[in-house]
Amino acid sequence: MIELDCRRLLCPMPVIKVQDKVNELSQGQELLAVCTDPGVQNDIPAWCRINGHQVLSIENDEDEYRVLIKVGQND
Amino acid sequence: MNNLAQRKAVALISGGLDSLLAVKLVQEQGIYVEGINFYTGFCVEGHTHAIRKKDQSKPKRNNALWSAEQLGIKLHIIDIIEEYKDIVFNPKYGYGANLNPCLDCKVFMVKKAREWMEENGFDFIITGEVVGQRPKSQRKETMPIIQKDSGIDDRLLRPLCAKNLPETMPEREGWVDREKLMGFSGRNRKPQIALAKQFGFEDFAQPAGGCCFLTDENYSVKLSDLWKSRGEKTYELDDIMLLKVGRHIRPENNYKVIIAREEGETKYLQGYKKQYDSLRMTSHTGPMALLDGTPDDAQVNLAAAIVARYSKGRDEPVVTLVYQKKTGEQQELTVKPASPEHVLPEWML
Repeated sequence: MIELDCRRLLCPMPVIKVQDKVNELSQGQELLAVCTDPGVQNDIPAWCRINGHQVLSIENDEDEYRVLIKVGQND
Repeated sequence: MNNLAQRKAVALISGGLDSLLAVKLVQEQGIYVEGINFYTGFCVEGHTHAIRKKDQSKPKRNNALWSAEQLGIKLHIIDIIEEYKDIVFNPKYGYGANLNPCLDCKVFMVKKAREWMEENGFDFIITGEVVGQRPKSQRKETMPIIQKDSGIDDRLLRPLCAKNLPETMPEREGWVDREKLMGFSGRNRKPQIALAKQFGFEDFAQPAGGCCFLTDENYSVKLSDLWKSRGEKTYELDDIMLLKVGRHIRPENNYKVIIAREEGETKYLQGYKKQYDSLRMTSHTGPMALLDGTPDDAQVNLAAAIVARYSKGRDEPVVTLVYQKKTGEQQELTVKPASPEHVLPEWML
């Protein structure tokens, strides 16, 4: 699993970082985005839904949001 | 290219109603659409919600992503923060009422979309522009400038006002039927609202002041002040993010104080304690503040007195604060809170 540090970034920057990293990965790989903006709870799942990827879990640990993504089919 | 192949368009998606409707109109004609959303750093979308606690009861959503989901299209969000600086610093067509370089901005975004279109094998671009809707970028005289300067020429389709404009390539080639496009014009929003209802769209975003902080007068004042204090037009992402947060008070050219207005802003400013010197009340409940610039000791004490003015100890003879340098070194300060007449109106940005 690959970890991506998105702390202190405000949306849409965490989404952009996730998007750019996912585009480098292959189908089935997992990516953990560690974020501090609560907006990612909505925005990353929305981005994943429209682009064919899957959010496996979102954990809220103190001020951090850990979003685990499974990469779907990239074009 | 095979004329029977499904044509592909890339749409500029702002998250507002117009781009949503523009895409829907061409999807209805069998065109495959993907969306592009550009992030300049000045986008209103999301930020204030993320920072300010008072806004947190409202549902947070990125309207560009929401629009894409309603339309069932892919959305590519593109970071143009660095490239965009030149547009803000040197707009060929000048600024609007504030520091908004709307026409240059639109040219730039269409040009970037054209490059994306060509790299990805798409056929044309869609925008939600409406002739006469915006004073600078959406006028009959300026719309051809966007086509010419961006290099897109007649491969730019504006479905909401196409009938008021010359025929474009997608119409001429028969990829879309001009008769099924719209002839909207002006600032009246009723036709868009009616069309949204017809398509069954509800809960769409209609930002009152547009989607860019550069159109905001207060924000532009703070950005002008930043440039004046530095002696040149320059900014980093953190600078322009901080202009969206807190009270900004500049007693002298070499420093300013950024004071949180509520808990959400305090939390946000705390994230900058390693990049800026900061002040925090210890004797009373009060706001967190950052110091931007190079204040001397007397100026730090004045800044502390100003911060204390916004604390629960504002009427006390003295209060204490911790002054923390960005290196982590701390110093306790005891000051008399500034009275209202000691905080001059011209210091308030």
